[in-house]
Amino acid sequence: MTTVNLVMATTVGVLYGTGFTLLLSRSLMRVLIGVVVLGHGTNLLLQLAGGPPARPPILGVAPPEQFADPLPQALALTAIVITFALTTFLLALGYRSFVLVGHDEVQDDVEDRRIARQKAPSAPLEDGAPHEGDPLADVERADDEVEAEAWREAPR
Amino acid sequence: MNALLPLPVLLPMLGAALSIVGSRFAALQRIVGIVVLVAVAVLAGVLLVAADQQGPLVAEMGGWPAPVGIALVADRLSALLLLVSTLVTLAVLVYAIDQRIADYGRATASTTFHPMYLMLCAGVSLAYLTGDLFTLFVAFELMLTASYVLITRRTGANRIRAGMTYVTVSLLSSLLFLTAVALVYAATGTVNLADLAGRVGELPRGLQTVLGMMLLVVFGIKAAIVPMHSWLPDSYPNAPGPVAALFAGLLTKVSFYALLRTQTLLFPRDEPWTLMLVLSVVTMLVGVLGALAQNDLNRLLSFLLVSHIGFLLYGLAVFDAAGVSGAALYAAHHITVLATLFLVSGLITRRTGTVALDRMGGLLRTAPGLAVLFAIPALTLAGVPPTAGFVAKLALLQAGAGSGVAEQAVAGVVVVASLLTLYALVRVWVGVFWGEPQPPVADVDPTDEVLVGTARTPVPMYAATAGLIAASLAIAVFAGPLAGMTSRAGVDLLDREPYRVAVLGGGAP
Repeated sequence: MTTVNLVMATTVGVLYGTGFTLLLSRSLMRVLIGVVVLGHGTNLLLQLAGGPPARPPILGVAPPEQFADPLPQALALTAIVITFALTTFLLALGYRSFVLVGHDEVQDDVEDRRIARQKAPSAPLEDGAPHEGDPLADVERADDEVEAEAWREAPR
Repeated sequence: MNALLPLPVLLPMLGAALSIVGSRFAALQRIVGIVVLVAVAVLAGVLLVAADQQGPLVAEMGGWPAPVGIALVADRLSALLLLVSTLVTLAVLVYAIDQRIADYGRATASTTFHPMYLMLCAGVSLAYLTGDLFTLFVAFELMLTASYVLITRRTGANRIRAGMTYVTVSLLSSLLFLTAVALVYAATGTVNLADLAGRVGELPRGLQTVLGMMLLVVFGIKAAIVPMHSWLPDSYPNAPGPVAALFAGLLTKVSFYALLRTQTLLFPRDEPWTLMLVLSVVTMLVGVLGALAQNDLNRLLSFLLVSHIGFLLYGLAVFDAAGVSGAALYAAHHITVLATLFLVSGLITRRTGTVALDRMGGLLRTAPGLAVLFAIPALTLAGVPPTAGFVAKLALLQAGAGSGVAEQAVAGVVVVASLLTLYALVRVWVGVFWGEPQPPVADVDPTDEVLVGTARTPVPMYAATAGLIAASLAIAVFAGPLAGMTSRAGVDLLDREPYRVAVLGGGAP
């Protein structure tokens, strides 16, 4: 069992809170920052799991009983690399969404839209697949088609 | 024999590297992919036989003995699931290669598809074989990162939302997993699973519950347990056919394997697990009722996938050797049958040009062979005798019948959910195969990989699907030896000693 000091515990708490709040927003950019902040919080927690700071764990530099636990540092290093790679991937995804759709907002869920239309009796309900026979989706599709054109022309 | 253990992870990684280097040569990429997966399947078979005869096999990476170094462990459960998963990935790869040849021509190589496919296989193998909680996290990241690329590559504007949902939810669960690893390490000072098995039991009861629930939430999100399932029916139908089949077959089951392994090894209990029983009932019913409301063939199958995760949870909820063994058998059956159904859905979509059930029909007349390919896995999933689904459900029901009153009551829900599954699949049958033949829907977006339009379907795509059906039938034919093996695996899982002794050596406390 290791203990942490209050400042670090509070920092981890604030990072988690901020990260989760940002994750809940609609803009993919904010989601991305949320993932980054949450990743920092997690890595800090992983680092704290090794106990308080101590001497570097190298034989001959310090007596073994003063060593810091090297394992959480190795784990945190691996985790940092993974979060970094995923951050770049999310950036690329956000950019592609921006190229394709013109914005990086998470769109409405198709099921939610169908249920919303079901509540408004004026609009006709089509029990088709979400993207077919769905007047709302067709309009959006036409918009998207224009924007998709640029993507289609791009080499891959 | 133990030196073989790292190969199921290393071979796909080397294969992935080779297919990046040779990304101009389409034939090389195809041959590398198939050769690697055949080799891994053979290895998995050898490991399964060896693990069944000699007990768990352990390889210590870098020669560092556990619990300091990273150990790879193959016991009956992991070797069996590795074998079944590799056979499914192999069949799906054959299907995908021929679909790519038909759609893009024989000379078209891909810089992303083949390398990512093999990296995903490496991640799956590592997740099954690792004996270390942090390496399990790395394995999940390997598998999921490859899946992010596979699900978002070549998406059009109307499908990118689904990819985003999938990536964001998976990332969140991965960060929670990392948090859980940090908390486990802070509490016990080790991440080796066999070592943890001894140390978690010494912690205060409340702390044990917190750690157990953290891991349940983490693997619950990844395995799509209701109420943490909503990302799955949104994202899988938006993946190209073979990719959806791969995901449906493997990803959720790897997460269930991780849940099964951690809960049985770290948090043993003597009586049935009420919370898991409740989750199992909710998952079975919400999934299958969701499936009944769908008109999109792939969404319907995705909801059925969620529903049948509940059957696996039922085996874990009973928490005795029979229940765990039933869950293992059900997982093997579930991997093959769901992948098959998604492949058949891909074949159907290539004829109809749409996934909407009300816009297709009459395929029984135009494609009777396809009807056979659909009917067998559909009956298997519903658990009609004498298919593999029946054998696996029987194992679960027998486990439940030997348990308490609540478990017997939930056994009734298992039967009801199976019947509703049958009803949902009969709706598909009526929509797709009966009625008047309808003209195929024109391909609206030629760059879109999900609805490929009414393209030519090469014979190997049918052959790969039929191969998976044969594998599923083999599970039914060899149900006796398989059930014997899973029941030995179940006894070992709950006993925990064979695993700990194999990893930590005879002097395990």
